[in-house]
Amino acid sequence: MNEVTKISETMFGLGIESTAHTFSCSIMEYDIVKRNGKIISEERSIYKAPSGSGIHPREASRHHMDKSPEILKQCLKSANLLPTKLDIISYSAGPGLGPCLRVGAVIARALSSFYCKPLIPVNHALGHVELGMMLTGCNDPLVLLVSGGHTMILAFANKRWRVFGETLDLTIGQLLDQFGRYISLSSPCGNKIEEFATNSSHDYIPLPYIVKGNDVSFSGLLTAAKSNIKKGCDIQNLCFSIQETSFAMLTEVVERALSFTQKKEVLIVGGVSANTRLQDMLTQAAERQDAKLYSCPLNYSGDNGSQIAWTALCDYQSNHRNIEIENSFINQSWRLDSVDVNWRF
Amino acid sequence: MGILLLQVKLIKKGAEADIYLIPWHGKDAISKIRKVKSYRNRYLDDNIRKKRTIHEANMLSNVKKFGITTPFLYFMDPVQAEIIMEYIQGTNVKDVLSDSIAFKIGRYVAILHDNNVIHGDLTTSNFIIKDNSLFLIDFGLSFFSERIEDKAVDLRLFKEVLSSAHIDLFKEAYESFITGYSSSTKNNINKILRVVGEIEKRGRYS
Repeated sequence: MNEVTKISETMFGLGIESTAHTFSCSIMEYDIVKRNGKIISEERSIYKAPSGSGIHPREASRHHMDKSPEILKQCLKSANLLPTKLDIISYSAGPGLGPCLRVGAVIARALSSFYCKPLIPVNHALGHVELGMMLTGCNDPLVLLVSGGHTMILAFANKRWRVFGETLDLTIGQLLDQFGRYISLSSPCGNKIEEFATNSSHDYIPLPYIVKGNDVSFSGLLTAAKSNIKKGCDIQNLCFSIQETSFAMLTEVVERALSFTQKKEVLIVGGVSANTRLQDMLTQAAERQDAKLYSCPLNYSGDNGSQIAWTALCDYQSNHRNIEIENSFINQSWRLDSVDVNWRF
Repeated sequence: MGILLLQVKLIKKGAEADIYLIPWHGKDAISKIRKVKSYRNRYLDDNIRKKRTIHEANMLSNVKKFGITTPFLYFMDPVQAEIIMEYIQGTNVKDVLSDSIAFKIGRYVAILHDNNVIHGDLTTSNFIIKDNSLFLIDFGLSFFSERIEDKAVDLRLFKEVLSSAHIDLFKEAYESFITGYSSSTKNNINKILRVVGEIEKRGRYS
C-alpha cells in the first residue's frame, strides 16, 4: 500500500472533516504539474445545538454517525467518481472534540482498508490555512486564524507555521458563542451577534480591552459583557460593543505582527472570518501597513472537507508518506506549530 | 508643535504609532505620535492612545532609577498622544540578536520585574544597541504589578517572539535569556517559569 507512485498528472483525494459541529466530505483533484487544485464535490451536515447550549460532544458525534453514510454517498455521487478511483483518503485528526474526531477517523480507516488506499491524517487548523491560501492565491501571508477553536496569528518560517500571537484564554469564537448562549442564542452565534450589532444604535458600552504584547485575552471581556446584561444594558448595543472591542484587539495585534514581520499580505481564515466588521477593520489596518487583505471565500471560511482533502493532497504529493491503520491516531490538542509542512519553502 | 514640516522625517510607521525624526532645540529627537486608528471605535481609541502615552512617558523616566537605559523624555502631550524623546542612533536588536544580547535582555527584565514594572511588550524590536549599551523602548503597554502572573506573561511573550521570529536562535537565545534573568532577580525563577507553563496550558490545544 505504501509508495503508490502515480504516473497520471492528477490525483483525487477524499477529505473527511469531523472536528466539531460539522461533518463534511469533499473530493478534490490535484494537478501535479500546475500544483493547484479543484474542489470536485463537497457535502456538509452541521449539528445544531439547542438554543442556549453549546455543542454536546456526544450528541454531535451521534449526528455525525447518522449523517455520514448519506453525506459520503452524496459526495461520491456528485463527483461522479467510484471510490476505487480515489488516490488517497484523509481525515481531520485534530485538534477538536474526541468523540467527533473518532467518527471521521473510523470512516477513513474503513475506506482506506477496504479499498487499499493510503490514509493521511490532517491537522484541522493547517487545513484552514492551506485551503485559504489556495483559494485566495496569496503567497507569503501573515495569517489570522479565527474560529471557535483557534485565535492565532501565524507566519511561515523554517518548515512550520509559527505563532506570532494568540489568545491566552478564550478564542474569539468561544467569546461570541458563550455570550450568545448567555442571551439564549444557539451556537454558532457569530451571525446573530453581527446582525444585532449592525442593527444597534452604535452606542459604545466600555468593555475591557486586553492586549498583552502580541497576545490577547478575552475572558475578562466575556465576564464584563455578561455582567452588563444583568445590569440591563441594551443587548444590541452590547453585541456592538463586544465586536468593536474584541475585533479592535485582534486588529491591533495583527497590525503589530505586520509591522514586525513586514509581510505584504494578510490572510484571514476560520469561521469568524465571515464577519464583515472584522474584515473591514483588518482592511484598514493592512492598508496602513501597505499590505493587502485576503479573506477566505465565505463558503469555505467555516469547517469543511475540502480543507482536509487539499492539505492531504499537498502533503502526500510532497513526501508520499501515509500512515498505517494501526498507527493512525486522533489528537484532541494537536498544535498547528508542531506540524512539519514539507511542501512550503 | 511649531516645527517646519520640511524638517520632519517619518522614519517608521509602527503598528501603534508613527515615529518621526525632528529637530528639537538644535538636536535630533524622536517624535512618537499615536495616530487615530480609523478602525477603532472613537471612544475606545481616544482612551487607549491617551492612556498609553501617559504610561510610556512615565515609565521612560521611572525605570532609569533602577539602572535601565532608556531614551530621555523631552516632552509629552496626552491630547495629541505625542511623546518627544532622545534619538538613539543604534541598531535594532531584532536584526542582530545573539546569545549575549539575550542574556543582557534577561538581566534587564529581571531588574524591571524586581521593581514590579511589567513591560508588557517585550519583543526584540523594542531593544536598541548603541555603543555596547542596551536601550529599552516602547513602554506603552507597561504597568506596575507585583503579581507573578504578570511577570510570567512578560517572559512568555518574549519566548513566543523568539520561537516565531528568531526560530534559528530559539533554543540558545531563550536559555541565555533565562540565565540572564535568574542571575539578577531576587524572585524565584522556577516559580515564575512554572506559571509560564501554566499560562501556556491555559490556551486551547497546548
